[in-house]
Amino acid sequence: MKAAILVFPGSNREGDVAQALELVTGQKPTMVWHGDGDFEKTDLIVVPGGFSYGDYLRCGAMAAQSPVMAEVKRRAAQGVPVLGICNGFQIVAEAGLLPGVLMRNENLKFVCTDVHLKVETSQSLFTNRYQAGQVIKVPVAHAEGNYFADADTLKRLEDRGQIAFRYCAPDGTVDGTGNPNGSINNIAGIFNETKTVLGLMPHPENAIESLFGGTDGKALFEGIVEALS
Amino acid sequence: MKARVHVTLKNGVLDPQGKAIGHSLNRLGFPEVGDVRQGKYIELELAETDKAKAKARVDEMCRKLLANTVIENYSIELVG
Repeated sequence: MKAAILVFPGSNREGDVAQALELVTGQKPTMVWHGDGDFEKTDLIVVPGGFSYGDYLRCGAMAAQSPVMAEVKRRAAQGVPVLGICNGFQIVAEAGLLPGVLMRNENLKFVCTDVHLKVETSQSLFTNRYQAGQVIKVPVAHAEGNYFADADTLKRLEDRGQIAFRYCAPDGTVDGTGNPNGSINNIAGIFNETKTVLGLMPHPENAIESLFGGTDGKALFEGIVEALS
Repeated sequence: MKARVHVTLKNGVLDPQGKAIGHSLNRLGFPEVGDVRQGKYIELELAETDKAKAKARVDEMCRKLLANTVIENYSIELVG
């Protein structure tokens, strides 16, 4: 499985994603600079975390208009899977590949901590290695992760099973206690309609080695490889 | 010509920064301050003399980049 990882001025988790992908595929992903309007065909495109363009104007707003994202939009429309993590989620949302927006955290604080997530479905190329209802522990690190969408959009997402992950308590209870940022309906990650685009605020790429706090994120990358190989 | 663009959060969208500003003002001895909403002000220098054309272009800029219309409203004022 070949993967491309986008790099913007201010990206900082591209190396972490590269490491995670190399660990499960044995192959080095291609790094693609934001100014490249064309790049080699890959089975997966990852938009990593960081502070693209210094988070100027709004998080992800500038990056969403970059030459590389125009090409990502074209490929996503053809069905090439896209994974947006943290700032990458903000970028793909700003680019219109996913509905809604990530706003400033409700408590105005940058949160850097482990969170528990309830996996909402195993029926996707990203989550097939998890069980629906399974609770996983992965870190978050962001100041703008407060997911918001209008009532109609939210209903559509819920009705069509487009919620991928929700913040929850360690026992899996979704009652807001495990929600670090005020996200509506405790949403941590969503799919597009075809479930070929996933955006999530938590960092599965930073939960792949037991030495560094856990391995619950590894199954996401293994699942992608299994689905795309 | 100059365009002045104000970008503000839509009514009903939570504005924690506005809330924090309001609390601070109350604490500083301004109890008359109620709800506070904050936003952005952007000034653009335009090489355009036709007001209608300028307005249409800036409107497009707002929709494409300057505002996220999922949560934000914008207003445009042309000067000069």
